[in-house]
Amino acid sequence: MNLTHSDKLPAAAMYRHEIPAGEPFLCEVKAGQTLRLLDLQGNQAVDTLFFSAKNPRERYDPQRTLRKQNSVYLTTGTVLYSNLGNPLLTITADTCGRHDTLGGACAQESNTVRYALDKRYMHSCRDNFLRASLHDGRLGKRDIGANINFFMNVPVTPEGGLTFEDGISGAGKYVELKAAMDVIVLISNCPQLNNPCNAYNPTPAEVLVWD
Amino acid sequence: MTAALSLRPTLYEELLPAGGHTSFVLKRGQLLRITDLEGDANVSLLLLNATEKSERLNLPDSLKCQHTAKLTAGHCLYSDMGRVLAAITADTCGWHDSFGGVLNAVEVEEKYGAGRYQELRNGFFRNGVDNLLVEMGKWDLNLQDLLMNLNLFSKVTVDSQGCFHFEAGNSKAGNYIELYAPMDTLVVLTALQHPMDPNPEYAPKPVQLSWHKIESDGISVLCRTSRAENDRGFHNTERQYL
Repeated sequence: MNLTHSDKLPAAAMYRHEIPAGEPFLCEVKAGQTLRLLDLQGNQAVDTLFFSAKNPRERYDPQRTLRKQNSVYLTTGTVLYSNLGNPLLTITADTCGRHDTLGGACAQESNTVRYALDKRYMHSCRDNFLRASLHDGRLGKRDIGANINFFMNVPVTPEGGLTFEDGISGAGKYVELKAAMDVIVLISNCPQLNNPCNAYNPTPAEVLVWD
Repeated sequence: MTAALSLRPTLYEELLPAGGHTSFVLKRGQLLRITDLEGDANVSLLLLNATEKSERLNLPDSLKCQHTAKLTAGHCLYSDMGRVLAAITADTCGWHDSFGGVLNAVEVEEKYGAGRYQELRNGFFRNGVDNLLVEMGKWDLNLQDLLMNLNLFSKVTVDSQGCFHFEAGNSKAGNYIELYAPMDTLVVLTALQHPMDPNPEYAPKPVQLSWHKIESDGISVLCRTSRAENDRGFHNTERQYL
């Protein structure tokens, strides 16, 4: 895995926000700005969706993004494409090395399938996405497609298996993305308590933006 | 009629021509068989709850709860509400792809060159985005609903570095997949080449569609019991009909 560092200084960031464990977050990043997502304590899933700020119907397209790079993992050099075929952002630095876009977001409903029927009433990423979207007003349920799970390690085997491996992230690992257009960033700092991939311990993550 | 056939009478049959697109409600208890007539077919597929169309096929949920990236017999296709829109009750092909997505008009022209209606009439070069959008538009759906789609009959593997490989020859003439609907499911599909198919010629293949009435949901036992997750998925599905 190819790890790439950034020389950007946190003290020079124009915006910093710590997302507590299990919370939603929504902000805009302008074309040319750089967004850093920082895994503060390690192996925290940062479930993320991107939309064009000018036309929120234009959103991150996982299948086009994977097809165009001919690879199933996201890392430095990955261009995140939209459903209209336009670049939304490019990953410009990555000290973790691999991010998932096949595993989706946890939801009350999928938790009943994956774990047990009585897990329905636990907090979930879909609750966070909907809460942030509906308060913002520009996004709704139908805009929520497949997301990126930054810092999650979900290998696909040559036989077509999908496995959830222990994380390869750690405290202080980060990923940086440069915006190609004005984008809405929608994050759920994953509250999943049923999955060993985060050691059953959701932790905070930080968002930094540089001009 | 033989005993075997009487258990699943054929309701209707139709040829979906190469490049064609269609959509219909597969009613609860019905089964759709899609047959690759010539070999090397590809069918891009979306599924939705026919009565609440904001509930849609969720491929990530389908893949992660069954710990698979390929789809074949025994697997279920889940909605975002934890319900089974369709169960793959039979499959003679063995591998259906969840990575490739569909090409748009620009990407089709880049790959195959120009192929306009004006010169080619109904042989014009169609693209998966527009074909699926047109069908979805008929149900008052739009671009928001064009989520990750399945590509039936196609196989794409991932190597140890994470790179994709399109495996040619995955589907032979006569291969089929059967989708059983335990709820009323809106099916949207189009028969176009897989986006990663290296063939530089625009050459989509036709498929045969046949609808069957299933008298007993015993046909879903394989899917229901293949994993504990699927038993709960069927439970969620049946709760709609309390």
